[in-house]
Amino acid sequence: MTDTYRVRRGDGAESRNAVHFTFEGKSYQGLAGDTLASALIANGVHLVGRSFKYHRPRGFVSAGSEEPNALVGVGATQSRYTPNLLATQVEIYEGLVAESQNRWPSLETDAGFLNEYFSAFLPAGFYYKTFMWPRMAWKKLYEPVIRRMAGLGRAPAEPDADRYTQVFAHCDVLIVGAGPAGLAAALEASNSDATVILCDEQAEMGGSLLSDRSASIDGMQAADWARAALDELRKRPNVKLMSRTTAFGWYPHNFVGLNERVTDHLANPAANQPRERLWQVRAKEVVLAAGAIERPLVFTDNDRPGIMLADAARTYVNRYGVVPGKQVVVFTACDSAYRAALDLKAAGAKIQVIVDLRKSASGHWVDKARAEGIKVRSDSIVRGTSGRLRVKSAQISNAQGGDAETVACDLILMSAGFTPSVHLFSQSRGKLSYSEELRAYVPGESVERERSVGACKGLFALDSVIESGAKGGRDAAAKAGFPPRGERSYTVSARSVGADAFIGSVMADHQAEKRAWVDFQNDVTAKDVRLATREGFRSIEHVKRYTTTGMATDQGKLSNMNALGVVSKQIDVAVPKVGLTTFRPPYTPTTFGSFAGQSRGDLFDPVRKTSIHPWAEAQGAQFEDVGVWKRAWYFPQVGEDMHAAVARECKATRESVGIFDASTLGKIEIVGKDAAEFMNRMYTNAWTKLEPGRLRYGVMLREDGFIMDDGVVGRMATDRFHVTTTTGGAARVLSMMEDYLQTEWPDLEVWLTSTTEQWSVIALQGPNARRVLEPLVEGIDLSADAMPHMSVRQGRICGVPTRLFRVSFTGELGFEVNVPAGYGRAVWEAIFAAGKSYGITPYGTETMHVLRAEKGYIIVGQETDGTVTPDDAGLGWAVGKAKRDFVGKRSLSRPALVREDRKQLVGLLTTDPKAVLEEGAQIVLDPTHPIPVPMIGHVTSAYWSATLNRSIALALVRGGRSRMGEELSIPMPDGVIKAKVVDSILFDPKGERLNA
Amino acid sequence: MLSPAIMRSNALSPMRSSGTTAASATTLSILPDAAKLVFRGKTEAIEAAGAHFGVKPSLEACRFAAVGGRSVYWLGPDEWLFQAVNEDPIEVFGGMSVALQAQACSLVDVSHRSDGIAVAGPTAALVLNHGCPLDLSLKAFPVGMCTRTVLGKASLLLSRSEEHVFHVDVWRSFAPYVWQFLDEARSLS
Amino acid sequence: MLLINCPYCGPRPEAEFANGGQAHIARPADPMSLTDDEWAAYLYMRDNTKGLHHERWRHANGCGRFFNASRDTTTDVIKRTYRMGERPEAEHQGAKP
Ligand SMILES: [Zn+2]
Repeated sequence: MTDTYRVRRGDGAESRNAVHFTFEGKSYQGLAGDTLASALIANGVHLVGRSFKYHRPRGFVSAGSEEPNALVGVGATQSRYTPNLLATQVEIYEGLVAESQNRWPSLETDAGFLNEYFSAFLPAGFYYKTFMWPRMAWKKLYEPVIRRMAGLGRAPAEPDADRYTQVFAHCDVLIVGAGPAGLAAALEASNSDATVILCDEQAEMGGSLLSDRSASIDGMQAADWARAALDELRKRPNVKLMSRTTAFGWYPHNFVGLNERVTDHLANPAANQPRERLWQVRAKEVVLAAGAIERPLVFTDNDRPGIMLADAARTYVNRYGVVPGKQVVVFTACDSAYRAALDLKAAGAKIQVIVDLRKSASGHWVDKARAEGIKVRSDSIVRGTSGRLRVKSAQISNAQGGDAETVACDLILMSAGFTPSVHLFSQSRGKLSYSEELRAYVPGESVERERSVGACKGLFALDSVIESGAKGGRDAAAKAGFPPRGERSYTVSARSVGADAFIGSVMADHQAEKRAWVDFQNDVTAKDVRLATREGFRSIEHVKRYTTTGMATDQGKLSNMNALGVVSKQIDVAVPKVGLTTFRPPYTPTTFGSFAGQSRGDLFDPVRKTSIHPWAEAQGAQFEDVGVWKRAWYFPQVGEDMHAAVARECKATRESVGIFDASTLGKIEIVGKDAAEFMNRMYTNAWTKLEPGRLRYGVMLREDGFIMDDGVVGRMATDRFHVTTTTGGAARVLSMMEDYLQTEWPDLEVWLTSTTEQWSVIALQGPNARRVLEPLVEGIDLSADAMPHMSVRQGRICGVPTRLFRVSFTGELGFEVNVPAGYGRAVWEAIFAAGKSYGITPYGTETMHVLRAEKGYIIVGQETDGTVTPDDAGLGWAVGKAKRDFVGKRSLSRPALVREDRKQLVGLLTTDPKAVLEEGAQIVLDPTHPIPVPMIGHVTSAYWSATLNRSIALALVRGGRSRMGEELSIPMPDGVIKAKVVDSILFDPKGERLNA
Repeated sequence: MLSPAIMRSNALSPMRSSGTTAASATTLSILPDAAKLVFRGKTEAIEAAGAHFGVKPSLEACRFAAVGGRSVYWLGPDEWLFQAVNEDPIEVFGGMSVALQAQACSLVDVSHRSDGIAVAGPTAALVLNHGCPLDLSLKAFPVGMCTRTVLGKASLLLSRSEEHVFHVDVWRSFAPYVWQFLDEARSLS
Repeated sequence: MLLINCPYCGPRPEAEFANGGQAHIARPADPMSLTDDEWAAYLYMRDNTKGLHHERWRHANGCGRFFNASRDTTTDVIKRTYRMGERPEAEHQGAKP
């Protein structure tokens, strides 16, 4: 294929290799350095997409990241497919595969185009008006249709095969944008000891200088000067240059998110290259040199392929060496389009006419155009265009109306002036002010340590752009504590294009505005915007949401000011009074991969495992997640399901001995002469009289009186407690203890240390537990007399130090062996070997739950939900009534907490012993009561008890303790289950077994 | 009935063999076992503890001091970590306890709570910065600095023993995550 | 991510900290002597300040200390951080000179 639109590039660097790529299944050739857009334009392709609502054919409007139309999906395989990329940013490489989006069945013949014939039925707010009724129709009818018709790209069908990373970085000066202002800022700021990061979203740094053939700096052509400046910066060790890197978000305290596209432009990336790298940069000072975005003009049928921004066309010609059209009509409200027209003419295009909206076009650029024989029409507009898949002609008339002249063309350039890119400034919470002259918002007062320079500040003349950049760079370095070693001067030779500008619709005839597009990507017309104001929406925030203008992936970069202009004119309110929509990150669409970074797969979350975990894994245990811990759930033997395994584990533990890994329990060592006093204040229990060597079950409340945590506490010495917490509560409890200690009772001499991971905890439970342990233990008398239930001894087991607890969460004779974690697995295996002759059985959390439920022991977070008091849970006995104060005590006497009809913990036995209730099921008195049925409680735990050979349950029931023997109903989808209220202790109520 | 098979295991031992083969300027290695004690208490007590241990603890925030295989890390204004490489925790703890009997302080043996990783090489700081949000330039994080901080979703104690060598001390159950995280970062930088 | 100046460790990224709610709400010395309303006020009533707000932070993944910060809730600018037991500066309490 010959690229008939290829011309010589301005800089003469013509030795570019041919690159082959595919678009919409067709093969094309471009040149190295092309974007997908410039390569397609070189091949005469302008039709690249369909619009969102009406599926109108659309082409390239811009040459940069503000592009609203040219959304493409890139990637030959599903696992490397990315939707919603901009053809104006995608760099081509050998073998690139791209497709357009938003078209069905094909780009040229699109069924959705019919939407336009129904456009009368799709006015502003059509989502709200049309789809509200009938309700069911949304899900069944409207949504599926809209989903297919709406052009939001398609999600890849396979997991992303690429890797992404995130890096934190710090610098003294961050400069966003490497155009003339940013380069000058970098040259100045880095002429010091300041560390400088200069980033730019484009592949090549230089910004507007790369497209400028007329200006010169320091005697060099603009693009050459930019390359020389970059060479100089590259040599400075304190400078980091980052191209293909978009500063997409500003977060508090000069924290800026940069997304670096590392491999998207490479045919064969190296193995150690992530696809993208998200840099989180903390900068002492920031220089914003983000440039400005050219504004479209709003006129009828301004959206046909072949209608583009004037300066974008200049970029295609001068930077990429492609001419977007050969017969050109220019429609402008400012001088910059003349400059573009002259550059296109120099590249061989014919400029049919320059249509100037201004009353009398004059000055250098107008004179120069006329001198080159270009026809100029002042006080005129393009009021219509023709051409279905590519523009064919423009209708031109006086601005006020009258007869129209039709001019043939294959390209219409438009320009309404430039909108400073104040996105990051605004995200930094800086205040914007409106410039009447520029018809745009410019940065006002700063909140963060930043300054805007160049075009994003509203400066457009190259000399003042460079001057402001240089000054900003020096200022930033100095404020960061590194005054530059000097000032350099810049000799700039460039003709200013002034700052004339226009916002709103150019059409005098409102009726014609129904196809005058304000927002190309979201298909919003000037008529839609006016309709919204007529229906009463006056704030731009409301107009935006009602019409959806500015809500697409381009976030209104091209459309916001024109929408404001239409509203302002329609309701006759000054622009600043109409308001401005909020700028939010990200500046341009950013991949989920980049935000996820390394946090995927194995690294999504830490997976915490005990030292005994590998043993359980080898035994075929099933695991459950408890927070980020993995805990052995049950140990199925061949042919066993969970039910059978748990029944076997329960029986074995009750009849002989079971072994359980309790290492995940939280542990805190509390040491100091005031340790007991501190315990008294933190827990409901009384601790003063607990002797060293004894254990006590402790309950901790929040200040509001509800149970926060519980656990067994050992007094190791008068001034030393070994506290255990729930698995999930460990960090929370320690933090709360520190809080009280540091902020309320700093006078107490007591200190806290987390020992959760210091100890492996091996629970040995069952009538044979003592017999298994005895031969392994040194220096501890395990007999019932010497070591009664709820005591702790220190000694050795298998030769390693242990804190041996005699404690039971099963109701059986039990021990918990604490050993340093590095010995956990070895000691576990030794105990297991010693228990072989007793049929020692490993059990998991499920069996643990069943055994404790049979005994009515609560689990915090299961029997409690943050609204349960000790009395509710039947733990009134654990509250030290004589204590003057403890955390939560005062709340326990609040009226709501002493009501008789509070939910209280009881046992439930189903009438049908085989029916196992569902945890969370609601309990009612009368299931035939009309809806809503009053609910009097809920099931907190329910299991099959192999020991009792029936189902058991615990429940919180209103006034439950006074309902003993009462029959309650639990309505379930399959019918009502009846159950009788019983005491919560269902097995060995006298506790004879654990005192064995 | 002592079993000679009882050997201390390190949570990182399975990682040793699973390292990537990616060429990287930075290496990861497992630090040797050590006796580790958390000291918390009053200033007079920390001076007594240091005198007994043979290393003068830093009273300046975020600094560690080392003599031979023994070092003391500042963790907080009333908290230090005493570390003795390849020494028996019971012995070190016992000796310290006696020396601190009359002092207002707490001493807790945490030798098995954490394991250590050395991150070494010219890009060590960059590798760590894949998950650690601190400024790790020599100016902001000089040799001799230590602090608890985060790496990805894990909390850890980070110290810099040489310009290009950092030590990471991380709780056992988080250690494999931290190792894998650093290994992934290493392979991508 | 905020940059918070820990009074002990210096400026550190927010990821190392945990917010602890409004500052300068002392636990009553003798809760049992309070009326239900007084106790409820201590438990539940908090300011919802637009502007300068004194709040507690803990350097949870650092030195572990609780401290106070005076932060402008409209801009996130932190005017000052100070140790527990210290008072916010008069000018930061909204007191007119
Ligand atoms: Zn701190």
